[in-house]
Amino acid sequence: MSSSNPNKPKLIQNGKRISGRSFTDLRPLKITAGVLKQADGSAMIEWGKNRIIAAVYGPHEVFPKFLTDNRKALVSARYVMAPFSSLEDHGRSGPNRRSIEISKVAKHVFENVILTNKFPKTIIDIHMDVVQSDGGTRIAAITAASVALADAGIPMKDLVAGVAVGKVDGELVVDLDKLEDNHGESDGAVIISPRSGEVLLFQMEGLLTPDEVKRTVRLASDAALKVREVQVAALKERYAQVASEQGEQLL
Amino acid sequence: MITMISDQIKAQFVKELIKKNNRPDGRQFLEHRSISMQKNVFENCEGSAICHLGDTKVLAGVKIDLATPFPDRPNEGMLSVGCEFSPIAHPNFQAGPPGEASIELARVVDRGIRAANAIDLTKLKIADGKVLGVFIDLYILDHNGNLTDAAALAAMSAVKNALVPKIEQDGEVYKLNHEERKNKLPLGEDVVTCTFEKIGESIVLDANIDEENASSGRLTFGATTSGLICSAQKSGSAGFMLDEFDNILDLTLEKRKELLKLL
Repeated sequence: MSSSNPNKPKLIQNGKRISGRSFTDLRPLKITAGVLKQADGSAMIEWGKNRIIAAVYGPHEVFPKFLTDNRKALVSARYVMAPFSSLEDHGRSGPNRRSIEISKVAKHVFENVILTNKFPKTIIDIHMDVVQSDGGTRIAAITAASVALADAGIPMKDLVAGVAVGKVDGELVVDLDKLEDNHGESDGAVIISPRSGEVLLFQMEGLLTPDEVKRTVRLASDAALKVREVQVAALKERYAQVASEQGEQLL
Repeated sequence: MITMISDQIKAQFVKELIKKNNRPDGRQFLEHRSISMQKNVFENCEGSAICHLGDTKVLAGVKIDLATPFPDRPNEGMLSVGCEFSPIAHPNFQAGPPGEASIELARVVDRGIRAANAIDLTKLKIADGKVLGVFIDLYILDHNGNLTDAAALAAMSAVKNALVPKIEQDGEVYKLNHEERKNKLPLGEDVVTCTFEKIGESIVLDANIDEENASSGRLTFGATTSGLICSAQKSGSAGFMLDEFDNILDLTLEKRKELLKLL
C-alpha cells in the first residue's frame, strides 16, 4: 500500500498480472495433512512461495485452571512468523503486534466453527508457524489450520477457507502475491464458511469505493470454494493413508 | 468484558430486549449515543482530544518527534498508534504490557488513518534519513462500550489540532523546539469508523458495554470524507452474510456524516 513508492513495478500488463495469472487465478496450492507425529492434527500448506505448518493440540486440560469454561472448550490460536521467513531482513522471533492481532482474529474464526460445547472444561490449541512468507500468510495459515483441526478429529461446522483480494493497478485481483501485496492499493483478507456463506474474517486496508469492497468479498467467497477443494483432497489423501496403514485392524 | 455473573444475566436480558426490537437505553438500532468532543485539552503534547461517546471516554494524545524513516520508505514520515487500556477504565483492565484487545484497537485506528492518507506522510521529510514521526497514543479512560469508534474520533481530532514543533538546525544536527509550534500537520481526508455489533440476528450501531457483552461479533468500517472505505475489521466469532455486509457498508457511509461533523 504505497502509492508514493518510486520503485513500484507495473503490476498489470496486457490484462495479465506480473506472474502471468489472470485476475481470478490462484497461485499453485497444495496442502498435506498429518505432517507431524506429536501433534493431534497437523497440516502443511504450500501456496505460492508460502510455507506454513499448522498443528493442533487438544482438547486438553486448561492451564491456568481458573480460565476453564464449564460449558465449552476454549480455543487458542497462535500465528507467528519465523525470523528467517521473509526474503528481506532477519526478523525478530516471537509474536509482534501484527501477529498478535492476526492470532486474535484467527481464534474468532475457529470459535465460530468448532463445536466447542462438545468439550467443556478443555482447551484446543491451534499453532500456525509461517516458515516462508509470500503474501497472504494469514489466509494460508488459517486454511491450513482448518485442515489440521479436521486431521485432529475435532468436530466442526465447516472447513473454513479464504483468500486475499486486493486492488492492483486499479483492478481487483484474487490471491495477492508478495509483490502485489507490497505495491497494491488495497489488501483485503477474507475467510468464509463455504457451507453457510458467512464471512468469518475480514480485514481490509486501502482506499476502495463501497462497491469495490462488496466485490472484494464476493471475489474472495468464490475463490474460497476452489481452496476448499484442495483442503478436501488433502483430507481424503490422509484418510486413505490411515486406512492403508491400519487396513488389517479395520477389516 | 464479562466480570461477574451479573454481567451474564444482563447480557441475557439485552438479548431478549433486542429480540423485541428494544435497546437497554431506548435507542434505535442504528442510533449513536450522544457524542461530544473536547479538543486541545493539554498543552505539553502537540495535539489532544477526548471523545465522550455516551459514557465511554477515550483520550488521544499526539506527540511529534524526530525519527529515522523506515529503510523501504526513506522519504516518508513515521506514524505510530499505541493504545493503553488503563486500569482506571474498567475492573478487568490490568496494568502491564498491552493485551490483544488493545493491540487490535490501536491497529484498527492506525489502518484507517494510514490507508486514507489522513496525514500526508510524504510531506514529513526533513533531510535525508531524518523525518518527523507522529505518535498517537490512545488512553481509554472509561470503558462503556464501542471503544473503536470513540478512539478513532479522538485520534482524528487530536491529529487535526496538532501543531508541529519548530525545526531548528545546527549544522548537521536537527532539533525540535516544542515550545514554538505554529503549523498544522499536512492533512488529507478525515476518517471515522462505524462499529456494528451482532446480537442474536440483529445488527446494532454503537453498542454500550452491556450490549457488547451480549454480542457475538462485530464489524468495523473506516470511511473517509469523500465516501471511500479505507479500513475494515471483523472481530468476534459471529459470521456475517454477504447481504448483512452490504447493509453495514451502506450504513457506514450514511452514519459517517454525523461523525465527521464532530471533528
